[in-house]
Amino acid sequence: MAYHYQIDEERCKGCGLCVTVCPKEVLEISTHVSPKGYFPAFQARPDDCIYCATCCRMCPDVAITISELAGDTADK
Amino acid sequence: MGKTFQKPEALADTVTHYCPGCTHGVIHRLVAEVIDELGIRGRTVGIAPVGCAVLAYNYFTFDFQEAAHGRAPAMATGIKRVRPDLVVFTYQGDGDLASIGMGEIIHAANRGEKFTTIFVNNAVYGMTGGQMAPTTMPGQRTTTSPFGRNTDEVGMPIKVAELLASLQTPAYIARQAVIKPKYIVKAKKAIKQAFQYQLAGRCYSFVELISTCPTNWGLTPVDAVKWAEDTMLPYYQLGEYKTPEASAA
Amino acid sequence: MAKILMKGNEAIGEAAIRAGCLNYFAYPITPQSEVAEYLSRRMPEVGGVFLQGESEVAVSYMIFGAAAAGARIFTTSSSPGISLMSEGISYIAGAQCPAVFVNIMRGGPGLGGILPSQADYLQATKGMGHGDFRLLVMAPASVQEAVEMVMKAFPLAEKYRNPVMILGDGLIGQMMEPVEFPDHLKTEPSNKDAWATNGMDARNSRQRNMVKSLCLNPEELNNNNLVLKAKYDQMKKEEVMFERFHTEVDYQVLIVSYGTMSRVCRTAIENMHAEGIEVAMIRPQTLFPFPEAEVLSAAQKNSCQAVASIEMSMGQMLEDVQRCVQGKKPVHWYGKCGGDVPTPEEVADYIRTLI
Repeated sequence: MAYHYQIDEERCKGCGLCVTVCPKEVLEISTHVSPKGYFPAFQARPDDCIYCATCCRMCPDVAITISELAGDTADK
Repeated sequence: MGKTFQKPEALADTVTHYCPGCTHGVIHRLVAEVIDELGIRGRTVGIAPVGCAVLAYNYFTFDFQEAAHGRAPAMATGIKRVRPDLVVFTYQGDGDLASIGMGEIIHAANRGEKFTTIFVNNAVYGMTGGQMAPTTMPGQRTTTSPFGRNTDEVGMPIKVAELLASLQTPAYIARQAVIKPKYIVKAKKAIKQAFQYQLAGRCYSFVELISTCPTNWGLTPVDAVKWAEDTMLPYYQLGEYKTPEASAA
Repeated sequence: MAKILMKGNEAIGEAAIRAGCLNYFAYPITPQSEVAEYLSRRMPEVGGVFLQGESEVAVSYMIFGAAAAGARIFTTSSSPGISLMSEGISYIAGAQCPAVFVNIMRGGPGLGGILPSQADYLQATKGMGHGDFRLLVMAPASVQEAVEMVMKAFPLAEKYRNPVMILGDGLIGQMMEPVEFPDHLKTEPSNKDAWATNGMDARNSRQRNMVKSLCLNPEELNNNNLVLKAKYDQMKKEEVMFERFHTEVDYQVLIVSYGTMSRVCRTAIENMHAEGIEVAMIRPQTLFPFPEAEVLSAAQKNSCQAVASIEMSMGQMLEDVQRCVQGKKPVHWYGKCGGDVPTPEEVADYIRTLI
């Protein structure tokens, strides 16, 4: 099964909680400003992501979603 | 626990006004997930408080009422008595529930009104700018306790879960936290349990959730989690304080 | 239909049931606790809902919650308890929900007394709570009239999506009179699916409803207030109720009086007529909207030398009477406030001083 991981920059407020809870240290706060004026989180090491969704569960803004990808093209 | 993760249907698309790192957003999502899982969106009525969550009605996709400060349990009583088939929950903060609304919450719980209360305990008055709450910790600085909460002058923080659990009427009373994923998992279980008791028409249900308020604590969201864990959790202990099956104390 | 002898408070409770309102939340307070006592037995008999709340504050919000969920609902209280409901009533008006409130007035201010008064007139008609709203206020002068006004109050509250108040007093609540409950005043509740939080499933709708009064946007709040104002303007056009007494003769004094006090004035007027002194009365049955045009035109009768606002208060209705008469004739006040109801003799003695 392949998955698509997304952080919605319209929703992310750059609180940094996801960064601290990721068991694989995949996430970081970026240095670019989002349209909302925050520094959003992003996957610095996406290959290490195990899709445990702990970041999703921590995120107060439901900014992170993971969906199933059908077919061969996938992030992982 | 599947690997996919989506926004629940009961939660609106609207980006919230809550501060970065505010755990209101986590709690809103958990309540919405439970409502989706129980399939009750079409007959749920939420009651928003006065506090940071005053605009909570913008973030859910089912019927909502707005209560005056502290009066949500009375409104919930009114709805549930005339429409027992509706699923009713109040969503309240420290000032709303533990200060001005103390009379209403105790009496609704004592009468055994069959609605659910979600109590957000972040030890401060958020919306009005960080004043002291009945749940503020000893020594904690707030805008109305600038030298730290002096318990000789204003007493100790109120443990609402224990207070309500001391009533003789059967109820489900629990306290969990939403500050870290390991607590969030248990918080969701408690919230679901609470709604399930309501669906069974069994008793009043109450879940207190230890939360953070980074802005008014003057801490980053990450540091706020640490402060909550170090300072609040030893005092506001997590667990199930009462279930309707266990005999009254 | 045979009449039953009933205590006012109990008749008010029964009237709500006969009007199709099967929900009641209340808190005990003298002189109206009998309504709750009566309905605590009667509501279960008709499959209705009864709950004694923990305070009038709590009760006002129980009323709000139930009304917002689309139920017909009412409560009764007395002066200090009504003060406690002030905030809740403002919320109900701001959120445009229908609900019926009955105030069985007692002496005030503060803890006051437990005997009748009419000292909540200004509270009911002008200052029921913060913000720009009014209540439709009806004032019965007999137990029968209280019954009919309670029964009319529910469809009126639904017509305007606004709280309605019945302003009675301790005498109306306590005395026993023969009553009947007219079938034609039983009404079906209106359909509230457009706005009530009665559950999307029940409405067969994907659209959720919100009941709230918060409007942070100033333009939106102003628009909300314009909507409310339009209701009160419509009430002024369509809902004025009053009674004329003895206005066909050439009267020297016009009395304006309502409720229990108006019955004393009737006797005084009849007694004075026997003595050859002609006095007439306009009895407002709605205090808001007030019968402004009627009071002015009655005051303007050539024979009329003076107008007297006679009330069991220190002159709360007086200001409205003065306003309506527009200075065309002198306007006076007579009243007592401690709970003693003025006697017909006292009223007549006072009227004689005006001639």
